[in-house]
Amino acid sequence: MALFLNTAARRMPARLGRAASAVSSQIRHFSSPIDPSIGLTDDQKELQSLARTFADNEFAPKMQEWDDKQFFPDDVLRKGAELGFGGLYTREDVGGSGLGRLETSVIFEALSTGCVSTTAYISIHNMCGWMIDTYGSEEQRQKYLPSLTSMEKFASYCLTEPGAGSDAAVLSTTAVKKGSHYVLNGSKAFISGGGSSDVYVVMARTGGPGPKGISCFIVEKGFKGLSFGKKENKLGWNSQETRAVIMEDCEVPVENLVGAEGQGFSIAMKGLNGGRVNIGSCSLGAAQASIEAALEHVKVRKQFNRPLSAFQNTQFKLADMATSLASSRLMIRQAAMMLDQNHPDVASFCAMAKLHSTDACFQICDDSLQLHGGYGYLKDYKVNVYLRDARVHRILEGTNEVMRMVASRALLAE
Amino acid sequence: MSNLRIMVACKRVVDYAVKIRVNAAGTAVETANVKHSMNPFDEIGAEQAIQIKEALAKANGKAEVIAISCGPAKAQETLRTALAMGADKAIHVESNEELQPLAVAKLLKAVIDKEKPDMVILGKQAIDDDSNQTGQMLAGLLNWPQATFASKVELSEKAMTVTREVDGGVETIKTALPAILTTDLRLNTPRYASLPNIMKAKKKPLTKYTVADLGVDIKPRLETLKIAEPAKRQGGKIVESVDDLIDKLKNEAKVL
Repeated sequence: MALFLNTAARRMPARLGRAASAVSSQIRHFSSPIDPSIGLTDDQKELQSLARTFADNEFAPKMQEWDDKQFFPDDVLRKGAELGFGGLYTREDVGGSGLGRLETSVIFEALSTGCVSTTAYISIHNMCGWMIDTYGSEEQRQKYLPSLTSMEKFASYCLTEPGAGSDAAVLSTTAVKKGSHYVLNGSKAFISGGGSSDVYVVMARTGGPGPKGISCFIVEKGFKGLSFGKKENKLGWNSQETRAVIMEDCEVPVENLVGAEGQGFSIAMKGLNGGRVNIGSCSLGAAQASIEAALEHVKVRKQFNRPLSAFQNTQFKLADMATSLASSRLMIRQAAMMLDQNHPDVASFCAMAKLHSTDACFQICDDSLQLHGGYGYLKDYKVNVYLRDARVHRILEGTNEVMRMVASRALLAE
Repeated sequence: MSNLRIMVACKRVVDYAVKIRVNAAGTAVETANVKHSMNPFDEIGAEQAIQIKEALAKANGKAEVIAISCGPAKAQETLRTALAMGADKAIHVESNEELQPLAVAKLLKAVIDKEKPDMVILGKQAIDDDSNQTGQMLAGLLNWPQATFASKVELSEKAMTVTREVDGGVETIKTALPAILTTDLRLNTPRYASLPNIMKAKKKPLTKYTVADLGVDIKPRLETLKIAEPAKRQGGKIVESVDDLIDKLKNEAKVL
């Protein structure tokens, strides 16, 4: 026996090398209908393969622990930033990867198979970097972006307020210019990374009521008058902290105004178009991983002397799940391409893609849980985490009801 | 050691995570529509070459890393992985024929005669055929010293000190350069290629040769008679007594 083990250890090592993958071999077969690489270029496949390998090795084995302990894995995030995940669509001169939005979507999808919550945080961080890269001054870019793309520092996006959720344009945080500073007053709710982030991209009112009175600011942790609320206890998204961000006579230097006064709401909405595709991409990853887990389970679990996969109910359910994932993926990737093209209809397509993919992919997670039976309800199995993490995607980045408003407004426009 | 040239052999194999299947005819492993990647031992070789290059750069030295692969057009994907990790250039010897270890060793020798590297790194074996022959055959053809199953490598002026994993433990040897090095699992942990480096990899030079260009006879010397899957594992049995167990070990399992 000892001899046998020895030989095995010598012949097998490569297969065990690089932290044995926790993923099923399902997706390793290119012919699968849930293969996410179908339709991509060779380059895109390379990026996808790196992201999936990183997710398999660095996220997947830890996902349940991070969820359970509500742990923010800053060291793993920084490791990912070394590979370029900290500024996927930020320009290269400040350490970004300079990729397009379609590539970014493919990467977020692959990463979130390992941990939805952590990937969603990376997507928010990326959006903040993109805002500074796109609308910020050259000084702001050089000052903030190198440490954000390396994830030496973390960023949060602050739009939502206790009294301004879906109706974001009524936000009441004020910014009053006094000499060399703006003085900010108000509070922001449900801020991902709130308290742990170093840089906050904040929307505040410099002018009159309505969207035209809103401006965008970079607020640093440590600025006088900035504080944080208690750590929220959430159903999912537990690997990132959520807190209120409170500004009481918070002094922000005038050079931290991003773009012009009054440009804030337009920046916020442009950011959200991309944010919706990012979040939809994270839902795709949750659905992909949930289907992979279901496939694994139904082949092994036996009832009535047959594997679950032998029952037509299981087969049809799996086919519906795969179909639903494929349709979601097509919509998300189309919207991502429209972002790259700066297409005039991008807002409604991002909204429809987010609406469809986050609803459909949540349903896939739930269907996978059902196929797992009682085991799916146990925290020992992964599918409950995907379900809880993906649930919030139907609420944030604009609720799915707001997505319907955006789409119907475009439909009925004259 | 001012200017070191390191060649790294990179074989394209069925990915380690794929559940392999034997084809219906029982003549080969199914490779169509199956994910492929770089042989993990070769990945360790590429990492080692890049680490040597980085260490030399810190000491104001220079090294050039040349990745080489023999096989069909798709082998270029494997070379691109090596380039994304940090190799400087790549050489593809294209062939759609079956390439056995001796043929690969001869092809590598032909390219080595042109490129004149100081060191050639290969995986100790490829995880598809597990031959564990190419490095040794190449050393023989070149009449170079070889250090196989390396778990640690230290370079000094025109020589390297290598710790090898052998049956009884570890052995340390020193050899002059040029030399052949084959990698074992514990030599290093390969890095991930970063996104920007993946994008840059396709701009790095890739030279192509055909077997005819190199004038090498690649005719297979070995004939594969049959490929079969391992026997299905049988379920366990509960035995009544120790005597029963000893009896079964002696007469059924025949291990006593």
